[in-house]
Amino acid sequence: MLEIDVSLSRGDFDLEVTFAAPTPGVTALFGRSGSGKTTVIDLIAGLLRPDRGRIALDDAVLHDTSRSYSLPPQRRAIGYVFQDPLLFPHFDVAGNLRYGQRRAQPRGTEAEFADAVELLGLGALLRRRPHELSGGERQRVALGRALLSRPRLLLLDEPLASLDAARRGELLPWFEALRDRHAIPIVYVSHEFEEVVRLASHVVLLEQGRVAAEGDVGRIAMVPELRAVIGPELAGSVVDGQVESTDPVTGLAQIRVGHSAITASGAGLRAGQAVRLQVLARDLVLATHKPMGLSVRNEIDGTIRAIVDDGPDAVLVEIDVGGPVLLARVTRPAASDLALAPGRRLWVLVKATSLRGHVHPRR
Amino acid sequence: MELEALRLSLYVALRSVLLGLPLAIVVAYPLSRSRFLGRTVLDAIVHLPLVLPPVAVGYVLLLVFGTRGTVGAWLESAFGIRLAFTSAGAALATAVMTFPLMVRAIRLSLEAIDPRLEDAARTLGAGPIDRFWTITLPLMAPGIVAGAIIAFAAGLGEFGAVITFASNIPGETRTLPLALYTALQSPGGDALAARLAGLSFLLGLSGLVLAEWVSRVLRRRIGR
Repeated sequence: MLEIDVSLSRGDFDLEVTFAAPTPGVTALFGRSGSGKTTVIDLIAGLLRPDRGRIALDDAVLHDTSRSYSLPPQRRAIGYVFQDPLLFPHFDVAGNLRYGQRRAQPRGTEAEFADAVELLGLGALLRRRPHELSGGERQRVALGRALLSRPRLLLLDEPLASLDAARRGELLPWFEALRDRHAIPIVYVSHEFEEVVRLASHVVLLEQGRVAAEGDVGRIAMVPELRAVIGPELAGSVVDGQVESTDPVTGLAQIRVGHSAITASGAGLRAGQAVRLQVLARDLVLATHKPMGLSVRNEIDGTIRAIVDDGPDAVLVEIDVGGPVLLARVTRPAASDLALAPGRRLWVLVKATSLRGHVHPRR
Repeated sequence: MELEALRLSLYVALRSVLLGLPLAIVVAYPLSRSRFLGRTVLDAIVHLPLVLPPVAVGYVLLLVFGTRGTVGAWLESAFGIRLAFTSAGAALATAVMTFPLMVRAIRLSLEAIDPRLEDAARTLGAGPIDRFWTITLPLMAPGIVAGAIIAFAAGLGEFGAVITFASNIPGETRTLPLALYTALQSPGGDALAARLAGLSFLLGLSGLVLAEWVSRVLRRRIGR
């Protein structure tokens, strides 16, 4: 468990943050820019000191103002991957990777070095200088450098933010591989909810230096505080499922979610894998009768659990589909024409191409 | 005559750089990295030789390090070291005069280093001394080398402070500019003065070109 209870005032910015993140596991610190995300991980790393408070990781106290105790950053064994990779320009890639490894307690092994190089695909880059690398390669080196310092916790500060969309897509799988291979707890700072969905299991939602909501990703996806940040376009639910079968020709996968089998695009998935789906509220169509002759691959039957307001023009309908809950955004006229009300049975239609399953092992 | 003055100038300038460089690094670091009370005062003191008449600097050195000065008397009685009217004293006077040049060059290179690199080293387990030797100092190297070369080139020509503190003793403190001045004062010394002036031009120019070239090569080597 990573426990934080701190406050800090800097000019016109006040931070007052309390949360507990499960370890191991990936905790996302999510929020708008300026909400205090980086400040929080700087506090965890020890690069900043709080005015008041306590930070503890498992059984080790890192900071406790009531006992005037603060472990210096170099003795915290907390790996930090900065937004800008901050590789040492006067060392080559191998030199950067070895920097933390040499200072680790106990010292890192050659096998670990080889493992990290293999895991992050750095073999061909070892003799290059940082300025000869692409943005994505630099971030992979920064990740390897932090990993090889044998951290008890890894802090990742928007490691994808400095990259364009295509590079981001290339880099995310490396982070997923890291999460699945190592049991190191991770705190991942992001303002892209899709990254959170793919990587994290626990979310701390920050808003103006305060924790606005905290919980597992599936639950936080449903709270209005999150929708206020990500906006109606990205509002939706996050559900966990299991791959039942895949079709190598079409790349489609059958994924068991609640009592239904959902068809989603799932290239690279294998039967039996635990996966996570982000189902956007705007992608769902509701029908009160079982429809016929549609190209839509998924007709999921469910029961309305609740209807909540979502702006002047629309409502969000929460639909129980046998355990998991989906969120559908429909206009107010549609809701009244269909006489939607809690308890009502209906069909949820969603195109397979709107859904993508991401491997997400459960701990 | 020219050769002796040249040799003496090179010797004095080299010693002045060796004397001033470690202190210049120590002073440049807090000036660019920390905010502390008295930083402006320290900054002003460091830059004082740039704006003071060199003769005044030499005079102050005489008061402090001269045979009757507090430090000078102590050095002589305790260690038998005499600074006034010696080439060591010429090196000291030159070091004081070129000190701001070194500090400025080192400071510039320090300010070009992202301080977050040191934070990254901290999170990787490096303590303050470790960080300084493995990250900060190597990245400062271009500025240190450039500062040393510029200070050396400027030190070859230091006149006022040297003549005041160390006097104009042939073979001991009569460096290039002092020899040039002496030649101009003596009848029929025009040809010698012209040669010495030409030599000074040449040395100054090579120093500046060399400093620029070395710092560019070093910057490239550390990938910046």
